[in-house]
Amino acid sequence: MQATTGREHIEPRRIFLIVWGWLLVLTGVETVLAYQRLELKVMLAVLMTLSIVKASLIISYFMHLRYERRSLALTLMPAMVFVMAMLFIVFPDSIRLLKMRPH
Amino acid sequence: MASQEAMPGLHSATAAESVWSGGVSPYAVVPKKLGMWLFIVSDAITFASLILAYSYIRVASENWPRPFAFWPSIINATVMTIVLLTGSITVVMAVRAPKMDQRGTAARWLMATIAGGILFDVLHIHEWLGLIGEGVRLFKNPWGVPMFGASFFALTGLHMLHVTIGVVYLGVIAWGFKRSKFTADDVEISGLYWHFVDLVWMFLFPLIYLLAARTA
Repeated sequence: MQATTGREHIEPRRIFLIVWGWLLVLTGVETVLAYQRLELKVMLAVLMTLSIVKASLIISYFMHLRYERRSLALTLMPAMVFVMAMLFIVFPDSIRLLKMRPH
Repeated sequence: MASQEAMPGLHSATAAESVWSGGVSPYAVVPKKLGMWLFIVSDAITFASLILAYSYIRVASENWPRPFAFWPSIINATVMTIVLLTGSITVVMAVRAPKMDQRGTAARWLMATIAGGILFDVLHIHEWLGLIGEGVRLFKNPWGVPMFGASFFALTGLHMLHVTIGVVYLGVIAWGFKRSKFTADDVEISGLYWHFVDLVWMFLFPLIYLLAARTA
């Protein structure tokens, strides 16, 4: 029995090459940014935002999630983001540790 | 069947049409594909917890080493990033080919992806050997916080293991798809795994390399 796969169309090659191009550009931007004189917090926020943009492009287009049934994306992504947010909620404690160190 | 006709409406579907006999999914994907997606989500959470541990130790430490000079380290890591990104586009082409009934083409694109993965591993091992040669051990290094080595090798090592497993996995799929033992879905599912490996690197590259670039 053949399950339907939710999308039978073949995307033109162009869209993948455009996404790939953008991924390379964003990588270049990140590398240049690393050598700018930015406060660490700002650098971290910008780099993480760019990484999330790159990840979203890969998930949506290369992993095809954009063209799948919405129920699949809604089942996977919110739960994953939620768990990661729960993990990172303890992160500010590292700043406390840093400030507590004897200088 | 007589019993069904005698009691109309009791069975809404015959056994052949039952949603439990397979082939129907609320997500409209073959079960194997959903399985891979679920694995990817769990593996992403594993990497997220390691990244959290690394970030926590790093922020809480004074004097975290910044050993990655532009040449060769940052250049090397950037090349590794480009290699993985290129691997993602080649695997996309490999997944497209079966839809156009091109088994040989799919296998060739998969081989290109595998070559990229092997190149990534070679560049990475070379970098590791360089760091070890400079005196970096799991709990000791010549520059600063002792945990640098353990966190670096654990995080990049786990990723490298995923790349290596991916190389083997794609190899098996390429070999089997060419001989019609595997379907187009199998190729697509292996592609999903490979994109995930690339995705993790999108976070490791800035966090581990760019934020520890030697800028002075």
